[in-house]
Amino acid sequence: MTLVENLLGGDRRALARLISQIEDDAASAGDALAALFSRTGRAHRVGITGAPGTGKSTLVSQITRELRQRGKTVGIVAVDPSSPFSGGALLGDRVRMRDLSGDPGVFIRSMASRGNMGGLARATARVMRVLDAAGFDVVLVETVGVGQLEMDIARHAQTILVVEAPGLGDEVQAIKAGLLETADVLVVNKSDDPRAESTLAMLRAVLGLNRQVHSDRPELHHGGLFEAVLPERPEAGGWEVPICATSALTGEGVPELVSAMEAHYAYLRSSGELERRERISAAAELESLLRDTLLARLLEKIDAARLSELVERVVRREIMPQTAVERLLDSL
Amino acid sequence: MTERKIRVLIAKPGLDGHDRGAKVIARALRDAGMEVIYTGLRQTPEMIAEAALQEDVDVVGLSILSGAHMALAPRVLELLRDSGMGNVPVVLGGIIPPEDVPRLKEAGISAVFGPGVSMAEIVKTIRGLAVTGEQS
Repeated sequence: MTLVENLLGGDRRALARLISQIEDDAASAGDALAALFSRTGRAHRVGITGAPGTGKSTLVSQITRELRQRGKTVGIVAVDPSSPFSGGALLGDRVRMRDLSGDPGVFIRSMASRGNMGGLARATARVMRVLDAAGFDVVLVETVGVGQLEMDIARHAQTILVVEAPGLGDEVQAIKAGLLETADVLVVNKSDDPRAESTLAMLRAVLGLNRQVHSDRPELHHGGLFEAVLPERPEAGGWEVPICATSALTGEGVPELVSAMEAHYAYLRSSGELERRERISAAAELESLLRDTLLARLLEKIDAARLSELVERVVRREIMPQTAVERLLDSL
Repeated sequence: MTERKIRVLIAKPGLDGHDRGAKVIARALRDAGMEVIYTGLRQTPEMIAEAALQEDVDVVGLSILSGAHMALAPRVLELLRDSGMGNVPVVLGGIIPPEDVPRLKEAGISAVFGPGVSMAEIVKTIRGLAVTGEQS
């Protein structure tokens, strides 16, 4: 338990070690997390997501500098993909964050996705919790460069920044389901690029369209098992997604972006929306843990020989995969 | 239970701007299944020690081509010791005159890789150091 005590005393080495234990699923991490759990829930959790190359890392660096000027401490988790072939990873986000070095109010941790598909690593949510318990005012999570469906961050952060950049696609891309729907604040980065103006105009038009279609934003999809515990949405129209133009290179527009982030957090707290999202996120986390645990327990009970026999039968087209699954479950 | 991943920091202290070697090494370690934190050019020893601590790495790799290794490498070791990471092995790659190697090892550098050392050799040495570090 000394690791937890040291961490709460401000020991950064203890914080770093605990994060590793969580990533490696060490048994000791579970006890530490349990000890820290009651201290979580104080930080503003912000997710920064967007396609590869939109400038997320540089923007995280600029946002952090602005937050530091406003007197806030910042914990950063930067997720990069693991190679599906070797399992290794090249984590390069620190290259863009070198200006933050030497500041005791900032802690940066690079994290490999380790086979997880949702834009985060499996351990990211738990690591966010540890940074929260360690007392950082803001926890920033930079996701893997994402496409259209990697939206795990929406379950774990309170404010989602979606970063777009000029020249990435037309408005049909933007109307497709996915990224834009999750944005609480939309950022057009690289505003120094001459094409930024048309990207801005296009996104404004698309957001206007969204507002006409849903006066009410759709629920975040979370699988449906826990639907019954979800309360009614509050009155719609409480938050209009702002579009911020930034140049992470020069820092232009960053103070306005940070103000928009803070305004969103204030809105969440005053409207009761914060509690609603916490409930959705707790339900989603329970559901996903339940799924993992049930699966692990079932797999322990399933006889390997029986499983490979069924695989053979599926290959020979004797039974459908669905039928094979039903037989396996029946035999338990 | 997930397997324990080896985490390595690859850093370029000092002022020379050639990071091709560092990138090739980083890529090779990645292909060997390790998690490589790459910090980019022109890092001060303070930045390197701070990154090593925050990232909780098993091994630190320094790439120095500027000739300033006798000043930079011992300084990184000293800062690591100061932050309670004296047990983390530090390896050095680059253009290092043979006569400097014994003094670097004496200062606490675990291995020195000059030009011509095979990638397989570097990967094997770093993996070996990561495992020993874990037991200490």
